[in-house]
Amino acid sequence: MSGHLNPDVLDRARQLISLYPEPRSALVPLCHLAQEQDGWLRPEAMAEIAELVGVTPAEVQGTASFYDMLHLEPVGTYLVSICTNIACMLDGGLELLEHAEEHLGVGVGGTTEDGMITLEEAECLADCDRAPCVQVNHRYVGSQTAESFDALIEDLRAGRRSDEIPSHGTLIRVRRDGGLRADPEQVARERAAMAEAKARRAADQGGGS
Amino acid sequence: MAVTEAPRIVTARIDQPDSHTLERALATGAYQALRKALAMTPEAVAAEVDAASLLGRGGAGFPAGRKWAMLRSSPVTYLVVNGDESEPATFKDHLLVERDPHQLIEGVLIAAYALQVSRAFIFLRGEFALGLERVQAALNEAYGYGAVGADIFGSGFSVDIVVHPGAGAYICGEETALLESLEGKRGFPRIKPPFFPAAIGLYGEPTVVNNVETMSNLPWIVTHGGAAFAALGEGRSTGTRLFALAGHVRNPGVYELEMAKTTFADLIHAPVLGGGVRHGRELKAFIPGGVSAPWFGPDQVDLPLGQDEVGAAGSMLGSGSVVVMDDHTCAVRASWRITKFFSRESCGQCTPCREGSGWLERIMERIETGRGRSEDLDLLLDACDNIAPGLTWPPQQTTICVLGPSIPSSIHSAIVMFRDEFLTHVKEGGCPYG
Amino acid sequence: MAEQPAGAASTATEAAEEGVTFTLNGRPAQARKGEMLIAAAERAGVFIPRFCYHPRMKSVGVCRMCLVEVSGPRGATLQPSCYLEVSEGMEVVTDSPKVKKAQDGVLEFLLVNHPLDCPVCDKGGECPLQDQTLAYGPGESRFVEEKRHFEKPIAISDLVLLDRERCIQCSRCTRFAAEVAGEAQIDFAGRGEMIEVSPFPDQPFSSYFSGNTVQICPVGALTAVPYRFTARPWDLDQVESTCTTCAVGCRVAVQSSANRLTRILGIDAEPVNHGWLCDKGRFAFESVNAEDRITQPLVRRDGELVPVSWHEALAEAAGGLQRALADGGPDAIGVLGGARLTNEGAYVWARLAKGVIGTDSVDAQLGDGLPAETVLGLPRATIDDAAGADTVVLLTGDLREELPVLFLRLRSAVVDGHAALIELSAQPSALTPHATAFLQYRPGDVVEVARALAGDGPAPRGIDAAQVEEARRRVRTGDVVVVLGRPSLAEDGAMAAEAAEVLAGLPNVRFLPALRRGNVHGALDMGLAPGLLPGRVTLESAGPWFDAAWGSTPARRGRDCTGILEAAAGDGDGPAVAALVLLGSEPAVDVPDRHLARRGLEGAGFVVAVTSMPGPSAERADVVLPAAEAHERPGTTTNIEGRVSRLGQKLVPPGQAWPDWMIAAELARHLGTDLGLDSLTAVWAEIERLAPAYAGITTEVLDAPWSRDGVVAPFGGAPSPSATAPLDPIAVPGVESVERQGAPPRAGATATAGGTPSAGAGERPPVLSGPAGTSAPHVAPTDSYSFRLVVGRTLYDGGASVGASETLAALVPSASLRANPHDLDDLGVSTGDLVRVRTARDSAVVPVSADPALPRNVVATELNVPFGDGTAGDLIDAGAPVVELRLETP
Ligand SMILES: Cc1cc2nc3c(=O)[nH]c(=O)nc-3n(C[C@H](O)[C@H](O)[C@H](O)COP(=O)(O)O)c2cc1C
Ligand code: SF4
Ligand code: FES
Repeated sequence: MSGHLNPDVLDRARQLISLYPEPRSALVPLCHLAQEQDGWLRPEAMAEIAELVGVTPAEVQGTASFYDMLHLEPVGTYLVSICTNIACMLDGGLELLEHAEEHLGVGVGGTTEDGMITLEEAECLADCDRAPCVQVNHRYVGSQTAESFDALIEDLRAGRRSDEIPSHGTLIRVRRDGGLRADPEQVARERAAMAEAKARRAADQGGGS
Repeated sequence: MAVTEAPRIVTARIDQPDSHTLERALATGAYQALRKALAMTPEAVAAEVDAASLLGRGGAGFPAGRKWAMLRSSPVTYLVVNGDESEPATFKDHLLVERDPHQLIEGVLIAAYALQVSRAFIFLRGEFALGLERVQAALNEAYGYGAVGADIFGSGFSVDIVVHPGAGAYICGEETALLESLEGKRGFPRIKPPFFPAAIGLYGEPTVVNNVETMSNLPWIVTHGGAAFAALGEGRSTGTRLFALAGHVRNPGVYELEMAKTTFADLIHAPVLGGGVRHGRELKAFIPGGVSAPWFGPDQVDLPLGQDEVGAAGSMLGSGSVVVMDDHTCAVRASWRITKFFSRESCGQCTPCREGSGWLERIMERIETGRGRSEDLDLLLDACDNIAPGLTWPPQQTTICVLGPSIPSSIHSAIVMFRDEFLTHVKEGGCPYG
Repeated sequence: MAEQPAGAASTATEAAEEGVTFTLNGRPAQARKGEMLIAAAERAGVFIPRFCYHPRMKSVGVCRMCLVEVSGPRGATLQPSCYLEVSEGMEVVTDSPKVKKAQDGVLEFLLVNHPLDCPVCDKGGECPLQDQTLAYGPGESRFVEEKRHFEKPIAISDLVLLDRERCIQCSRCTRFAAEVAGEAQIDFAGRGEMIEVSPFPDQPFSSYFSGNTVQICPVGALTAVPYRFTARPWDLDQVESTCTTCAVGCRVAVQSSANRLTRILGIDAEPVNHGWLCDKGRFAFESVNAEDRITQPLVRRDGELVPVSWHEALAEAAGGLQRALADGGPDAIGVLGGARLTNEGAYVWARLAKGVIGTDSVDAQLGDGLPAETVLGLPRATIDDAAGADTVVLLTGDLREELPVLFLRLRSAVVDGHAALIELSAQPSALTPHATAFLQYRPGDVVEVARALAGDGPAPRGIDAAQVEEARRRVRTGDVVVVLGRPSLAEDGAMAAEAAEVLAGLPNVRFLPALRRGNVHGALDMGLAPGLLPGRVTLESAGPWFDAAWGSTPARRGRDCTGILEAAAGDGDGPAVAALVLLGSEPAVDVPDRHLARRGLEGAGFVVAVTSMPGPSAERADVVLPAAEAHERPGTTTNIEGRVSRLGQKLVPPGQAWPDWMIAAELARHLGTDLGLDSLTAVWAEIERLAPAYAGITTEVLDAPWSRDGVVAPFGGAPSPSATAPLDPIAVPGVESVERQGAPPRAGATATAGGTPSAGAGERPPVLSGPAGTSAPHVAPTDSYSFRLVVGRTLYDGGASVGASETLAALVPSASLRANPHDLDDLGVSTGDLVRVRTARDSAVVPVSADPALPRNVVATELNVPFGDGTAGDLIDAGAPVVELRLETP
């Protein structure tokens, strides 16, 4: 199953895995990486991730499908998320969503024919002072009206926002520089010494504290 | 009461446009508290936090110092920072991670030192793309500066911090679900007991889970001392706290206020804060602590923003979110939308939560869209009672985690406070608010 | 603990652990330390409803059906009783209005999305959701909402279908896959209300254990292809029995409708299968229902088999045997097979062969086993002993393929972390990933490896010294159980036997034999092996005892399967075998050396086949005697541990088929001897009286309720009740009624002593013990162009029961020759290409595949599945200790 993730992604995947005490912890970050490569989570990618973190492909699929941001079906270049949760609803979120459906000609979950836009009804995006809140590929674009929304879509289609909004899947453009720095052996020694000191102190106090 | 003169503890730096950079942070005192802490014993640092009696800012309001004390005897421990902020209308951690990542990192380092952990994880909500980038960039800078990694500032203390992105699931804010998620699994909450993180946490090891805001308070506490923090606020509610104000107010936003010294009325109406209900309308109701909390009406607006005071009045300060609804708001629609949220976000383990949330949502939708029956009100309350027996506050539960018993809050509140509105929906076959 | 009979040990620990006292509905009750409340309450007679809890899996506490009120510091709260360990003084109420309301609530919630298609659901009538809704649920429906919908069933494997809308998300199936089978190929997908069980695209849940998920599914979400829509539960009739598909002997409930088998369910036998079955055991019953069963006696007339009466067929068989006797004496008659028989059948056939005909050339093993003296003589361990040992040494084939439920038991022992696993094999098995040390040897080196492990020799070349060191350390301390079978069928069985005898020198070592076929252990116990007589005694030591009882015993040791076939084929120098009796065996399929088997069958002048299925044996036979199959006759069987348990009769045998013991008794009569055995009970009484290892296992003992899970022979004499098995009422609906029904019906009259010659007055002869002193042939070194062959097995193979089971037959894989990728590179071929394989005797053209787990110059494949134009058996030479071959591009 290996061979789907390209070498750079694979390098980054291995680095991520090395950050955790157990490889499986890197499962979700690796899914993000695969989405960065493909725009969505292809079965081939899930199978390769399974191999990398030591679980079955069914477990990667099962885990990934729990999370809204991991897409097991293709997604447009831009995922437009409109929040309709309580704060945004009080400020016209539902109406904006309705407008968006009409304007884009797709329902919630749908992708426009040109493959550019996938529309999503989001739960609270934690930007409630700028309601109704909209994200494009998880970049906040601030409070929107029907008019500003249409303009936003036009900009997206024309590629005018591509600097600030990478295409779907790219979540974190800042890479971690370097792996773990604390020397595990030193850490183990420190921990052992600490535990010993604790035990000694406890013993000195006659076990009661 | 009024807005107090308390210092800004966690938002001191955020007005600067480059507040997220190391340069600006250093120019405004960042990492001095860490240096100070490293010169103290870990026990002494923990003692300051204990003295501050800093209540967790994530929702449950458990004192951080006490949580730490449970852990300090275990040789292998982890520190996990909860930055999953997804409780509807809560957006304070969003501000902290985007605008002052170094303060967060410094807080994490102080906690790591006090707890003597060698690896800390900052779990950030996946939708915080910018926040993730800012925290990762700040962490890179901090490693470069020598504040993180091996032998920090020559103190002999070493710790690594890992920024971990979530992937979109509200339940991962619940601490045990967060740990499952961090282990690469579905965010299924664990059963407590026995899985209290402090006893059996990440990879089965004792683990401290603290909220982003909780961590962000630590540099100030170390610098000024726990006593100075405890001198602010009142009773158990010490220090300042961030309140995310949203809904029908003139100036929605995040405000740092001294706890228990300020009231909901101040927050909503003070010109420098909420600025009052919009469009000259009246206050109909407000949700004091996130959508899991029971609602308050205009009668309760003078309650102070204190944990115990709000608790005694039958709700909670919870996540530090306040949602204001004006008198043009349909209570049915508001509680339906909240129910829909829970239905979409139930992890799906427990039958009452998984099935109950969906069923309640469908009943609520029927009522809102004019297909309600008069017997639906009793049905709603009875089904709610089967999730949270007795419909008391704090709730009893038939589920593993408290997402389940959070579902009834809005429905119960709406029916108790606005029963007539429900009946009107049923009678008129639709929503009177259009 | 080692010396105690199984069961007694757990009873003792049980008593020691009783200790927590709590209050249950106002009355004091006892729990074991660490016991979950739901289990403790059940033992105290209070049943708490549940869906997700399964006594053999870790609790998850998700369905919330088992909520009860537990008093704590903050008053009584609702707690999941499946997730709460009972603590001293705990106060529990399971029947308060609050509990009742919570349970009603959960049931109602479960029905929110559950379709009410009970009338067309397989589970309808035995559905815990249906039952509990009746027992605990609210009276009427309050739903007007729409339920969730899915496209109709998806196949999660070849054997199991999933109706997703019926699923109640209890996670029993996914937990079984991950936790018990260790194959997490199905998992929950989605979140909240939309959670569904899902396999990965193109990677079905192809587990040998998939059927268990159907059995433990509390609703009708998972259904088995062979059962789906075939019956309604209320039409089913059932009997408790033992599975004889392999030699583990899992306890089962056998269900039928209108004299056809419809379903087999696993019963939770504490010492054996813990409720689990493999899919072969669960579904191979289709062969019993097969249309082309042989149901009439047949004799060959002018080259054609024609139906005749029993009398005619028996007379013809007797005539043929008598001619052979007259021409060549008793040694001219060979008897092959017996593993398909009941113990009673095996005994009467052994008596017929050895006491009446006088031949000792009798072998229940088909050249794929181990010397019987070794198997029976080494100190024996039970499955529980193995699962509880500090160290398990595997000197056997891949247990997942050969003895699947033993694999599950050992896997959980190792995964739970208390047992270390040391594996000696030429190729990895399904347990290798869990092994502490894997001593992978080149075919031919097994004795050397065993010596190295036992500490009296260097490790052969190519084995990691550190692993050997670690393994050595392990086997020197604590309890060691060696699971002993055939690591490779291309290696002489004497080698594994000698290796085992080397290991017998270890301190605290016991052996769990892993001969795999049906009731092969019962057949050996009953004397269907050269040199042995019933009850694990040798011809020499027990001859006089049986002479007294039977009248006579063979004058000298006879031939084994290989020897019989060679003599029938006219090979070798001894007298020829002129007549063969095939006891439910298919040598042409099952004997690894296929050339020899074919030549032997052709060479024998006269062949009698006792069988129930068409196949090469019936085709070759001069007389065919139709036998009743499993589930068609009562009796007993003996598993790998020596556990004797009952077989239930559920069906009337088709046509004129007879039980195996009766065929032998009647044939004896036609040969002029009345054995005086006119009922099954009489046969058993004689076994108990004469066969030393079976002394004390009386009919009464076998019928006692405490021996429901069988008793291990030799039998200590004291009742050794197996611990009360945690029965999962969801998985075995109605099985309790079987218990109440008592013993399965036994054929025939009550025991009669009359007619059987009385045994000699002397002491019973001693049961075999200690190593047999096997010495394996020397293996000569080879040149670097030669490859050595490893032949393993696969669960679904070309054997009779799989072949005749419609659903399973489709799953038989075809074999490829696996080789180290470097060897393939040298040959210039890669996976999927054809190569020519040459041995001294034959050649075949077969596909290859790369397998980095094999060392260089070793190739591996499986027996009894399509391989080129034949099977891998074409390459095996019973006369050579290892199979050497060369590879060429075709
Ligand atoms: C359903 C649910 C969602 C939660 N979401 C969050 C969250 O988004 N952020 C957070 O910090 N705590 C959240 N919590 C609270 C955490 O479980 C935990 O109490 C908190 O992270 C502890 O940190 P603190 O002591 O610093 O507050 C949530 C709890 C529940 C039950
Ligand atoms: S209450 Fe709901 S969210 Fe919490 S564990 Fe149960 S199903 Fe999951
Ligand atoms: S929660 Fe206890 S049986 Fe399901």
